[in-house]
Amino acid sequence: MFGTLTTFPGGLFNDFDRLQRELDRLFVDSVSGPASIRAVARGSFPAVNVGVTPEAVEVYAFMPGVDPKSLDLSMQDGLLTLAGERTTEAPVDEAKGSVYQKERFSGPFKRVVSLSEDIDPDKIEARYENGVLHVRALKKAAVKPKQIEIK
Amino acid sequence: MSDKQSLSTQKAGASGEPMATLRPPVDIFEDEAGITVIADLPGVSKEALNVKVDGDALTIEGDASIAAPADIEVRYSEVRTPRYRRSFTLSRELDAEKIEAHLRDGVLKLRIPKSDAARPKRIEIQTA
Repeated sequence: MFGTLTTFPGGLFNDFDRLQRELDRLFVDSVSGPASIRAVARGSFPAVNVGVTPEAVEVYAFMPGVDPKSLDLSMQDGLLTLAGERTTEAPVDEAKGSVYQKERFSGPFKRVVSLSEDIDPDKIEARYENGVLHVRALKKAAVKPKQIEIK
Repeated sequence: MSDKQSLSTQKAGASGEPMATLRPPVDIFEDEAGITVIADLPGVSKEALNVKVDGDALTIEGDASIAAPADIEVRYSEVRTPRYRRSFTLSRELDAEKIEAHLRDGVLKLRIPKSDAARPKRIEIQTA
Protein backbone atom coordinates (compact mmCIF):
# COMPACT_ATOMS: atom_id res chain seq x y z
CA MET A 1 0.00 0.00 0.00
CA PHE A 2 1.25 3.47 -0.79
CA GLY A 3 1.41 6.18 1.80
CA THR A 4 3.19 9.42 1.39
CA LEU A 5 6.15 10.06 3.63
CA THR A 6 4.41 13.03 5.10
CA THR A 7 1.08 11.74 6.36
CA PHE A 8 0.40 12.56 9.95
CA PRO A 9 -0.52 9.74 12.30
CA GLY A 10 -4.13 9.35 13.20
CA GLY A 11 -5.38 10.27 9.74
CA LEU A 12 -8.05 8.54 7.72
CA PHE A 13 -5.64 5.94 6.39
CA ASN A 14 -4.56 5.00 9.84
CA ASP A 15 -8.20 4.32 10.58
CA PHE A 16 -8.36 2.00 7.59
CA ASP A 17 -5.22 0.34 8.78
CA ARG A 18 -6.74 -0.20 12.19
CA LEU A 19 -9.91 -1.56 10.64
CA GLN A 20 -7.82 -4.00 8.64
CA ARG A 21 -6.10 -5.18 11.80
CA GLU A 22 -9.43 -5.63 13.54
CA LEU A 23 -10.71 -7.70 10.64
CA ASP A 24 -7.55 -9.76 10.66
CA ARG A 25 -8.08 -10.45 14.31
CA LEU A 26 -11.66 -11.54 13.76
CA PHE A 27 -10.99 -13.85 10.88
CA VAL A 28 -7.45 -15.03 11.04
CA ASP A 29 -8.06 -17.55 13.79
CA SER A 30 -10.22 -19.73 11.56
CA VAL A 31 -7.23 -20.44 9.35
CA SER A 32 -4.40 -20.34 11.83
CA GLY A 33 -5.71 -22.83 14.34
CA PRO A 34 -5.38 -22.61 18.10
CA ALA A 35 -3.09 -20.02 19.62
CA SER A 36 -1.03 -20.29 22.76
CA ILE A 37 -2.93 -19.29 25.87
CA ARG A 38 -0.15 -16.78 26.46
CA ALA A 39 -0.40 -15.33 22.97
CA VAL A 40 -0.79 -11.57 22.91
CA ALA A 41 -2.58 -9.17 20.60
CA ARG A 42 -1.37 -8.91 17.05
CA GLY A 43 1.29 -6.34 16.63
CA SER A 44 2.64 -6.81 20.15
CA PHE A 45 6.36 -6.66 20.61
CA PRO A 46 8.16 -8.95 20.08
CA ALA A 47 6.34 -11.39 17.80
CA VAL A 48 7.26 -14.98 18.60
CA ASN A 49 7.40 -18.16 16.52
CA VAL A 50 7.85 -21.50 18.23
CA GLY A 51 8.78 -24.82 16.69
CA VAL A 52 9.86 -28.19 18.00
CA THR A 53 12.33 -30.80 16.80
CA PRO A 54 12.93 -34.23 18.36
CA GLU A 55 15.83 -32.74 20.38
CA ALA A 56 14.77 -29.23 21.25
CA VAL A 57 12.22 -26.46 21.36
CA GLU A 58 13.16 -23.54 19.15
CA VAL A 59 11.87 -20.06 19.92
CA TYR A 60 12.32 -17.14 17.55
CA ALA A 61 11.51 -13.70 18.90
CA PHE A 62 11.41 -10.89 16.34
CA MET A 63 12.94 -8.00 18.25
CA PRO A 64 14.86 -5.69 15.96
CA GLY A 65 17.02 -2.96 17.41
CA VAL A 66 17.30 -4.39 20.91
CA ASP A 67 20.63 -4.39 22.69
CA PRO A 68 21.15 -8.07 23.58
CA LYS A 69 22.84 -6.96 26.81
CA SER A 70 19.60 -5.37 27.98
CA LEU A 71 17.69 -8.63 27.55
CA ASP A 72 16.64 -10.68 30.51
CA LEU A 73 15.98 -14.32 29.66
CA SER A 74 14.76 -16.69 32.31
CA MET A 75 13.32 -20.15 32.48
CA GLN A 76 11.08 -21.53 35.20
CA ASP A 77 8.63 -24.43 35.24
CA GLY A 78 8.81 -24.81 31.48
CA LEU A 79 8.06 -21.13 30.93
CA LEU A 80 10.54 -19.01 29.08
CA THR A 81 10.37 -15.31 29.90
CA LEU A 82 11.89 -12.69 27.61
CA ALA A 83 12.04 -9.22 29.05
CA GLY A 84 13.85 -6.12 27.96
CA GLU A 85 13.44 -2.63 26.75
CA ARG A 86 13.72 -1.03 23.37
CA THR A 87 14.51 2.60 23.08
CA THR A 88 13.87 4.24 19.75
CA GLU A 89 15.69 7.35 18.81
CA ALA A 90 13.94 10.53 17.83
CA PRO A 91 16.40 12.00 15.34
CA VAL A 92 14.76 15.40 15.28
CA ASP A 93 13.95 17.80 17.95
CA GLU A 94 10.18 17.68 17.72
CA ALA A 95 9.93 21.43 18.14
CA LYS A 96 12.09 22.03 15.07
CA GLY A 97 11.08 19.18 12.81
CA SER A 98 8.01 17.08 12.15
CA VAL A 99 7.12 13.55 13.12
CA TYR A 100 4.86 11.86 10.58
CA GLN A 101 4.77 8.26 11.70
CA LYS A 102 5.57 6.59 14.99
CA GLU A 103 4.54 3.00 14.52
CA ARG A 104 7.59 1.29 15.95
CA PHE A 105 7.37 -0.14 19.42
CA SER A 106 9.22 1.72 22.13
CA GLY A 107 9.53 0.92 25.81
CA PRO A 108 9.78 -2.11 28.08
CA PHE A 109 8.42 -5.47 26.95
CA LYS A 110 7.91 -8.92 28.38
CA ARG A 111 6.74 -12.13 26.76
CA VAL A 112 6.21 -15.51 28.31
CA VAL A 113 6.42 -18.59 26.12
CA SER A 114 5.38 -22.01 27.32
CA LEU A 115 7.88 -24.59 26.16
CA SER A 116 5.79 -27.33 27.77
CA GLU A 117 8.31 -30.06 27.10
CA ASP A 118 10.71 -31.35 29.70
CA ILE A 119 13.46 -28.88 29.16
CA ASP A 120 16.90 -29.19 30.60
CA PRO A 121 17.32 -25.70 32.11
CA ASP A 122 21.10 -26.00 31.86
CA LYS A 123 20.94 -26.55 28.13
CA ILE A 124 19.47 -23.38 26.76
CA GLU A 125 21.33 -21.38 24.16
CA ALA A 126 20.37 -17.96 22.87
CA ARG A 127 21.66 -16.09 19.86
CA TYR A 128 20.75 -12.68 18.50
CA GLU A 129 21.13 -12.14 14.77
CA ASN A 130 19.60 -9.61 12.36
CA GLY A 131 17.14 -8.56 15.04
CA VAL A 132 15.86 -12.07 15.75
CA LEU A 133 16.54 -13.75 19.08
CA HIS A 134 16.77 -17.50 18.67
CA VAL A 135 16.50 -19.57 21.84
CA ARG A 136 17.18 -23.28 21.59
CA ALA A 137 16.11 -25.25 24.65
CA LEU A 138 17.26 -28.86 24.61
CA LYS A 139 14.90 -31.51 25.92
CA LYS A 140 15.94 -33.80 28.74
CA ALA A 141 17.33 -37.05 27.46
CA ALA A 142 14.43 -39.05 28.88
CA VAL A 143 11.79 -37.27 26.81
CA LYS A 144 13.54 -37.57 23.48
CA PRO A 145 11.67 -40.05 21.31
CA LYS A 146 13.39 -43.40 21.18
CA GLN A 147 13.25 -45.71 18.29
CA ILE A 148 12.07 -49.12 19.46
CA GLU A 149 13.54 -51.97 17.63
CA ILE A 150 11.15 -54.70 16.53
CA LYS A 151 12.59 -58.13 16.78
CA MET B 1 15.50 -28.78 2.74
CA SER B 2 18.15 -26.24 3.50
CA ASP B 3 18.82 -25.21 7.04
CA LYS B 4 18.04 -21.62 6.07
CA GLN B 5 14.45 -22.68 5.69
CA SER B 6 12.08 -20.17 7.12
CA LEU B 7 9.82 -21.06 10.01
CA SER B 8 7.18 -18.93 8.45
CA THR B 9 7.45 -20.01 4.85
CA GLN B 10 4.33 -19.33 2.91
CA LYS B 11 4.52 -20.54 -0.64
CA ALA B 12 2.99 -18.64 -3.50
CA GLY B 13 -0.05 -20.39 -4.91
CA ALA B 14 0.23 -22.65 -7.93
CA SER B 15 -1.48 -19.97 -9.97
CA GLY B 16 1.57 -17.78 -9.41
CA GLU B 17 -0.31 -15.20 -7.39
CA PRO B 18 1.99 -12.77 -5.61
CA MET B 19 3.15 -13.75 -2.17
CA ALA B 20 1.58 -11.96 0.75
CA THR B 21 3.84 -9.41 2.38
CA LEU B 22 4.11 -7.90 5.81
CA ARG B 23 3.93 -4.16 6.21
CA PRO B 24 6.84 -3.23 8.45
CA PRO B 25 6.21 -0.57 11.10
CA VAL B 26 8.05 2.69 10.45
CA ASP B 27 8.98 5.94 12.16
CA ILE B 28 9.28 8.95 9.86
CA PHE B 29 10.79 12.27 10.85
CA GLU B 30 11.58 15.42 8.94
CA ASP B 31 14.07 18.13 9.70
CA GLU B 32 15.39 21.04 7.65
CA ALA B 33 17.87 18.90 5.74
CA GLY B 34 15.78 15.88 4.92
CA ILE B 35 13.58 12.99 5.95
CA THR B 36 14.55 9.97 8.05
CA VAL B 37 12.67 6.69 7.71
CA ILE B 38 13.28 3.92 10.24
CA ALA B 39 11.74 0.51 9.56
CA ASP B 40 11.68 -2.70 11.58
CA LEU B 41 12.75 -5.64 9.41
CA PRO B 42 13.70 -8.43 11.81
CA GLY B 43 15.38 -11.40 10.17
CA VAL B 44 16.45 -9.49 7.08
CA SER B 45 20.15 -9.51 6.27
CA LYS B 46 21.88 -6.89 4.16
CA GLU B 47 21.90 -9.27 1.19
CA ALA B 48 18.15 -9.88 1.40
CA LEU B 49 17.22 -6.21 1.57
CA ASN B 50 16.19 -4.19 -1.44
CA VAL B 51 15.59 -0.45 -1.29
CA LYS B 52 14.67 1.08 -4.63
CA VAL B 53 13.41 4.30 -6.07
CA ASP B 54 11.40 4.17 -9.27
CA GLY B 55 10.20 7.57 -10.38
CA ASP B 56 8.76 9.03 -7.21
CA ALA B 57 8.06 5.66 -5.57
CA LEU B 58 10.35 4.51 -2.79
CA THR B 59 10.01 0.79 -2.05
CA ILE B 60 11.52 -1.16 0.81
CA GLU B 61 11.53 -4.94 0.35
CA GLY B 62 13.22 -7.61 2.37
CA ASP B 63 13.11 -11.35 2.90
CA ALA B 64 13.43 -12.62 6.42
CA SER B 65 15.34 -15.82 6.87
CA ILE B 66 15.93 -17.59 10.11
CA ALA B 67 18.14 -20.60 10.44
CA ALA B 68 15.65 -23.26 11.50
CA PRO B 69 16.52 -26.95 11.64
CA ALA B 70 15.13 -28.92 8.71
CA ASP B 71 13.06 -31.26 10.91
CA ILE B 72 11.27 -28.48 12.76
CA GLU B 73 7.57 -28.73 13.36
CA VAL B 74 5.87 -25.39 13.88
CA ARG B 75 4.06 -25.14 17.19
CA TYR B 76 2.69 -21.70 16.54
CA SER B 77 3.79 -18.65 14.67
CA GLU B 78 2.92 -14.99 14.85
CA VAL B 79 5.13 -14.08 11.92
CA ARG B 80 3.84 -16.15 9.02
CA THR B 81 5.00 -14.17 6.06
CA PRO B 82 8.73 -14.02 5.49
CA ARG B 83 8.60 -11.02 3.18
CA TYR B 84 8.32 -7.37 4.08
CA ARG B 85 7.26 -4.69 1.67
CA ARG B 86 6.30 -1.06 1.99
CA SER B 87 6.16 1.80 -0.50
CA PHE B 88 6.07 5.56 -0.18
CA THR B 89 5.62 8.39 -2.63
CA LEU B 90 8.49 10.82 -2.54
CA SER B 91 7.96 14.48 -3.14
CA ARG B 92 9.87 16.64 -5.57
CA GLU B 93 12.14 18.42 -3.14
CA LEU B 94 13.74 15.17 -1.99
CA ASP B 95 16.97 14.05 -3.61
CA ALA B 96 16.48 10.34 -4.35
CA GLU B 97 20.03 10.07 -5.72
CA LYS B 98 21.49 10.70 -2.31
CA ILE B 99 19.51 8.30 -0.15
CA GLU B 100 21.65 6.60 2.47
CA ALA B 101 20.65 3.27 3.96
CA HIS B 102 21.96 1.55 7.08
CA LEU B 103 20.80 -1.81 8.38
CA ARG B 104 21.64 -2.95 11.87
CA ASP B 105 20.05 -5.65 14.03
CA GLY B 106 17.03 -5.78 11.76
CA VAL B 107 16.42 -2.03 11.80
CA LEU B 108 16.71 -0.11 8.53
CA LYS B 109 17.48 3.58 8.68
CA LEU B 110 17.05 5.62 5.51
CA ARG B 111 18.12 9.19 5.20
CA ILE B 112 16.60 11.08 2.28
CA PRO B 113 18.19 14.51 1.95
CA LYS B 114 16.42 17.45 0.44
CA SER B 115 17.92 18.91 -2.69
CA ASP B 116 19.94 22.03 -1.94
CA ALA B 117 17.41 24.29 -3.63
CA ALA B 118 14.65 22.97 -1.41
CA ARG B 119 16.23 23.69 1.96
CA PRO B 120 14.48 26.44 3.81
CA LYS B 121 16.17 29.79 3.57
CA ARG B 122 15.94 32.37 6.19
CA ILE B 123 14.57 35.57 4.80
CA GLU B 124 16.30 38.60 6.07
CA ILE B 125 13.97 41.33 7.22
CA GLN B 126 15.25 44.76 6.46
CA THR B 127 14.53 47.56 8.81
CA ALA B 128 14.46 51.12 7.71
